[in-house]
Amino acid sequence: MTTSTPPTPTSSATAPEQINPPGGTERRPIGQVLRSQLQQSLAFATLVVLIIFFSISSSSFFTVSNISGILLSTAVIGILAVGTTFVIITGGIDLSIGTGMTLCAVMTGVFITDMGLPLIVGVIGGIATGALMGFINGLNITFLGLPPFIATLAMMLIAQGLALVISGVAPIYFAEQAFKDIALGTLIPGLPNAVLILFACALVAYVVLSKTILGRYTFAIGSNEEATRLSGVNTRKWTILIYTVAGIFTGIAGVVIAARLGSAQPQLGTGYELQAIAAVIIGGTSLLGGRGSILGTLIGALIMSVLINGLRILSIQTEWQNVVVGIVILVAVFTDSLRRRREA
Amino acid sequence: MKNARKMSVLATAAIAVVALAGCAQGGSAGSGGDAGSGDKPYIAMISKGFQHQFWQAVKQGAEEKAEELGVEITFEGPASETEVDAQLQMLQAAIDKSPDAIAYAALDPEACIPLIDAAGAADIPVVQFDAGCDSDVPVSIAKTDSLGAGALAADHMAELIGEEGEVAIVGHSQINSTGVERRDGFVEQMEAEYPDIEIVDIQYGDGDHLKSADIAKAMIAAHPDLKGIYGTNEGSAVGVVNALTELGLNGDDLTVIGFDSGKAQMDAITNGLMAGAITQNPIGIGAETVQAAYDAINGDTPEEVIDTGYFFYDAENMKDEEIAAVLYE
Repeated sequence: MTTSTPPTPTSSATAPEQINPPGGTERRPIGQVLRSQLQQSLAFATLVVLIIFFSISSSSFFTVSNISGILLSTAVIGILAVGTTFVIITGGIDLSIGTGMTLCAVMTGVFITDMGLPLIVGVIGGIATGALMGFINGLNITFLGLPPFIATLAMMLIAQGLALVISGVAPIYFAEQAFKDIALGTLIPGLPNAVLILFACALVAYVVLSKTILGRYTFAIGSNEEATRLSGVNTRKWTILIYTVAGIFTGIAGVVIAARLGSAQPQLGTGYELQAIAAVIIGGTSLLGGRGSILGTLIGALIMSVLINGLRILSIQTEWQNVVVGIVILVAVFTDSLRRRREA
Repeated sequence: MKNARKMSVLATAAIAVVALAGCAQGGSAGSGGDAGSGDKPYIAMISKGFQHQFWQAVKQGAEEKAEELGVEITFEGPASETEVDAQLQMLQAAIDKSPDAIAYAALDPEACIPLIDAAGAADIPVVQFDAGCDSDVPVSIAKTDSLGAGALAADHMAELIGEEGEVAIVGHSQINSTGVERRDGFVEQMEAEYPDIEIVDIQYGDGDHLKSADIAKAMIAAHPDLKGIYGTNEGSAVGVVNALTELGLNGDDLTVIGFDSGKAQMDAITNGLMAGAITQNPIGIGAETVQAAYDAINGDTPEEVIDTGYFFYDAENMKDEEIAAVLYE
């Protein structure tokens, strides 16, 4: 683990590129960049079309209060999706983010309500729980050689169980208004803080993914892990780090959902991971790895919540809402594969 | 590398230890557990779930009654109320342990028939609680009359909004019997008794607080004249209350009627966000179920349907003895 310290700037910039088409967004040929923009603008166009459609269908849709509601309902899934974008770009998957988020919420409750620690300590503790889960996922994938699907499936169950055990199968309530304000306060009038946190997370993730070595290796591992490793990159170390970063976002989502509900609800979380993964895929990130963007994920998450909100506003039956969302995922992934085939 | 592998094993082991420690702590609650090998009669209770506080209250009532009667019980249920298959496996395992009686709450009234018939063939008496199985074997059922409870919610909603206007329902399930009956009882009562009230929307949030809040917000946006929302279980009702808080509304803007109790819902009623809620008697359901099983073991015939009752409670009568006894935090 200690054999290769972080590579020098020169080796980091050139190593992966000698072997395979570089993964980093900066150094790709212009055509590839354009195509990637196109995929995003395709998703963006979908979002705009949806918004126009629902605005025409119902006068209740495009109102300040409803748009603010849509953004707020995007926050939790959006933060999870931003974190898991890293994992999916490496060609991995993280199924533990839904129940993991719940465990982070419960731990935040334990720290703040049960142990009476200061808010900031509880929040950091909740986020650290997420980082620890991500770290263990990373270890299990790299050193035990477990497929990401299995390693994180196991973690999903462990997190669900621990959340129930630790909470004693009862919600943990937060008494302090300051904690609830993390999600529902309004630093910008009319816009809940949870939305600001989502945008801040997306911004940080965007910078990390496009401007740092971590981001470059995320793409490199996803494009061709073996080649990346042979070029002298300690892929195990970076994989662990990537899962840990994803875990941090899981932790943030846990704090945000606890703050929004004013309580940690230990039975929540199942299914959230699939919604987050769907948002990532709709946003143009490839499940095969090597390709993806944070902006796309953000748009994907917005498409999901605009769609669900719009269908609810139109009083479409819950059963049909699921059908429509399913079809949108199909169309998004199909368009993506069509584009790939044309590329090949 | 070796070190790292060791670390990874250690980390996994550490989690396992924490998990086990947790189990040991919770072990006294006796979910799962072995069949009683002592002289005490043993009743295996298979519930619809254990995570909701409602089921925790049923379990509490059952344990208190078991203590009183000197019987041994185990109480288990699947992780979510959609896991019909997992529940059937628990039922199978319970039958295999040859208990003195089985108490069962059916997630699906059809799927359970072969197993319940098998229990009957093995001469294990079966009593039911909350929701029944379409088999002739069970001798009794202790439950809430959900249709009546839904109708009671409708009566109070109608009274509070002046018997006219638009209302909506945030349901918790369009499949399981409590979700369906609490909704139908409400809808039928409105249609029969209050012609000037229109139910403009019914949507389902699976009892998920977050989903239910987003649903309620969409309803409020879509129907500006909406006068009231009925949430059919704890998660749905608390979700509706959260929606009100997030929109800066209060109980004067919109009448909210909930179902069951729990701390968040009781707080909302106390501070006026929620007009009131229907409560069942979960502790009573647990106690009556164990009593019925005990009677069946001793060759007595318990009542076929034991209605454990339901009440409407609001800020005024919440502290009454009769009501306070059936509420749970």
